[in-house]
Amino acid sequence: MYLRSPARASTVLSPMLIGAGALALLASALIAFIFFVVLGEAMAALGEIGLWRFLTDASWHPSSGEFNLLPMVAGTGLVAAGAMVLAMPLGLIAAVFVTFYAPSPVATAYLRLIELFAGIPSVLYGLWGLVVLVPIIADLAAPGSSLLAASLVLALMVLPTIALIATMSVRSVPLERIQAARALGFTKASTMVKIVIPSARKGLAVAAILGAGRAVGETMAVMMVAGNIVQVPESIFEPVRTLSANIALEIAYAMDVHRSALFVSALVMIAFVVLATALLEFVTNKQAMPDVHPD
Amino acid sequence: MSTLTSAANPSRGLRWDAWAIVLWIGAGLIMAAFLWVLLDLLGRGLGQISWSFITEAPENAGRAGGIGPILVSTLLILMVCLAIAVPLAVGVAVFLSELLPHRSRLRRIVQISLDALAAVPSVVFGLFGNAFFCIQLGLGFSILSGGLTLACMVLPLLIRTTESSIRAVPQRYRLAATALGMTRSRVILRLVVPLAVPGIVVGTLLALGRAMAETVALVFTSGYVDRMPGSLLDSGRSLSIHVFDLAMNVPGGDANAYGAGVVLIFALLVINGAVLCLAKTWKARSGMAITAAT
Amino acid sequence: MPGKDLESEIRHGHHGGNVMTVAQPCIEPAAHREPERHLWCISDLTVSYGEVIALSSVSLNIKENSVTAVIGPSGCGKSSLLCCLNRLTDFIPGCCVSGRILMHSKDILGGQIDDTRLRKQVGLIFQKPNPFPLSIRRNFELPLREHGIRDRQEIEHIMQSTLEATGLWKEVKDRLNKPAHQLSGGQQQRLCIARALSLRPDALLMDEPCSALDPISSGQVEELVLSLRERYTIVIVTHNLSQARRLGTDVALFWLRDGKGTLVESGPASQVFEAPRDDLTKLYLRGAIA
Repeated sequence: MYLRSPARASTVLSPMLIGAGALALLASALIAFIFFVVLGEAMAALGEIGLWRFLTDASWHPSSGEFNLLPMVAGTGLVAAGAMVLAMPLGLIAAVFVTFYAPSPVATAYLRLIELFAGIPSVLYGLWGLVVLVPIIADLAAPGSSLLAASLVLALMVLPTIALIATMSVRSVPLERIQAARALGFTKASTMVKIVIPSARKGLAVAAILGAGRAVGETMAVMMVAGNIVQVPESIFEPVRTLSANIALEIAYAMDVHRSALFVSALVMIAFVVLATALLEFVTNKQAMPDVHPD
Repeated sequence: MSTLTSAANPSRGLRWDAWAIVLWIGAGLIMAAFLWVLLDLLGRGLGQISWSFITEAPENAGRAGGIGPILVSTLLILMVCLAIAVPLAVGVAVFLSELLPHRSRLRRIVQISLDALAAVPSVVFGLFGNAFFCIQLGLGFSILSGGLTLACMVLPLLIRTTESSIRAVPQRYRLAATALGMTRSRVILRLVVPLAVPGIVVGTLLALGRAMAETVALVFTSGYVDRMPGSLLDSGRSLSIHVFDLAMNVPGGDANAYGAGVVLIFALLVINGAVLCLAKTWKARSGMAITAAT
Repeated sequence: MPGKDLESEIRHGHHGGNVMTVAQPCIEPAAHREPERHLWCISDLTVSYGEVIALSSVSLNIKENSVTAVIGPSGCGKSSLLCCLNRLTDFIPGCCVSGRILMHSKDILGGQIDDTRLRKQVGLIFQKPNPFPLSIRRNFELPLREHGIRDRQEIEHIMQSTLEATGLWKEVKDRLNKPAHQLSGGQQQRLCIARALSLRPDALLMDEPCSALDPISSGQVEELVLSLRERYTIVIVTHNLSQARRLGTDVALFWLRDGKGTLVESGPASQVFEAPRDDLTKLYLRGAIA
């Protein structure tokens, strides 16, 4: 881009530079500001309850002074893990399918549809889960609203994101490398497993991180199908409550320490985000990846 | 010949090995699941749509009546969101792409913090909006609070798309303008930003889709009230919240939840189509690709 | 590939190095023998991009109202020279300029002339035609408004007269509101020349203006240059020796010596082409080396 010589540096300090620079600072400070606002709200609970009791209390009963977040942390982790276990292989299948196996009109249409599904509001996935999926699971094992239902709905929600990013990274595997493998007598299938997927692993890692981030943060769809009972589930048919659902369910009536405790759980989620972003920076090392947006 | 080439020339002479079968079946199942969601929604919801459903106020907690006031609230929230976020994003994007050296440390800091912002779960945005806009700034549960919260949320996406469309303006136009004696700020304001407008519009549409899909961040900020809003400081229920509320909290509200869901999907389809059309016509007209990702 | 043109030089300019324009103090008025005839008096001009020295101590006087053809192989600093003359070097990352260029006896490197005013006086035509992707009319409006001409009728008048001067008026008068890049390559290049002329410059710098054009368009641009040479000082970089013969009243040959761009020979076209003084020039003109 433009660089100017020091001799004319003074003209660079135009009102425009100052204005746009101020906006950029504002935008980049926003994440810190959000963190401090949430931290400020959480301070009351952190002071009164202390960090330790969030892990050791008997359970989560804010009205009787019990604030154990672990069941919700476990619920979030299990639901997200279940979703990722389903969505990652499926996303990879979709990516390899559109890149190497589908005739090009099919591939184009397939990607268009996946893009469309990436934009469908989570509340509509939740609605489908609630009305269609939960009754089906309830036939297998009551009550239907369960870890399984939440994982399935969530898997469907994160699948488009994962499939799109995976497609991008599989497509960016150099053609020569694939042709070289074929020339060496690799079958199509083993080229896939031994060349394409390892070459695309960076992009696949990005897809996994972004997908997991989305799965952990998702609230509405999960809340609609997970049953929302505070417990560590013993089977996939038991209801669970996630951190985000916990916030959404209780913030409306929570007061004082209870409200503040909910902000503590938001801090936990922010901590996860920071971790995921750091991991993403580490994996991509920037520049190396095409622009990938969490969606 | 190798069949393993690009997507443009993929399947001629395809051997039906076990992998191909697995992949076709897998891809088919994925699509079937999505189509199940979509067709279920359309099948149950399309019957609800009528002129009166679009225009009338909800009655009996939404079981009867329509979604008129909810559409108005949704539009107002989106307008507030974009009115704040778009100018901010254009300013930041100009700073990042035109004024900062390409490899400066400041630029990297800004980008990392925007990446982090993009990764923040919407429930956290909701809590932040509730604590800051509703309570600390005293805006209460209002359309304004909701719109401002959404503006924070879509900001990273908007900045990204705007920045890449500004970058897509070829350097030779900047040089030509400079060689004609235009100052740098004029080159940016009069030439570069106007040339990037179609890309900015596409980015705005994408942000609009994202904002319209959002539910939880609005529950805590713009609230649940389903009356026609009188001002931006009134609480207003968005379409997505309406779907959620009818499905979860109102026994017998399913039918209208589906109706509202279909309206939501339809709006998103329109946005999606507009994005595709714009990107195509713009590319044909100016030869510059829109690099906004979905 | 016709070597490094202006744009690619600017795009690929070395990053990281400090950007500096070092101007030597004006010691003596250059060209005191013929003060009226030279528009630019260049002395000891050196241009470097980081470690790479594109031009090494070049001294050259450029006559007013004449066409100076700058020839030489790729990468010998011809485009860098043009960039210095309207100080577009300010925009090349890592570019360092030293020496002195007097224009109308004012040192343009030392900041005696405001750079935007300098660029208004010195138009630049790029290798690849680059009208703005806007309407033809807007291509004139934008720079004219920048320089304080806001009156619609005046803009219209200037646009028409420059388009007539470039022989484009008849071809485009019915499509002034159509996008400029729908014109043919040759038309686009003439539009760019017209756009530069609309600012009433003293001089035009042309960086291989015909190399991206077909022979017919190329011929039209050449004719245009010939018609302009009475009124403007033109410096044209070209790879095409016969073009240099056709257009040039003066010629400057640059060469890459020890990795540095240097001026080998300059003078009136007749002298350089008919009786070159330098052996290198002789060989180059015979086509023995390139």
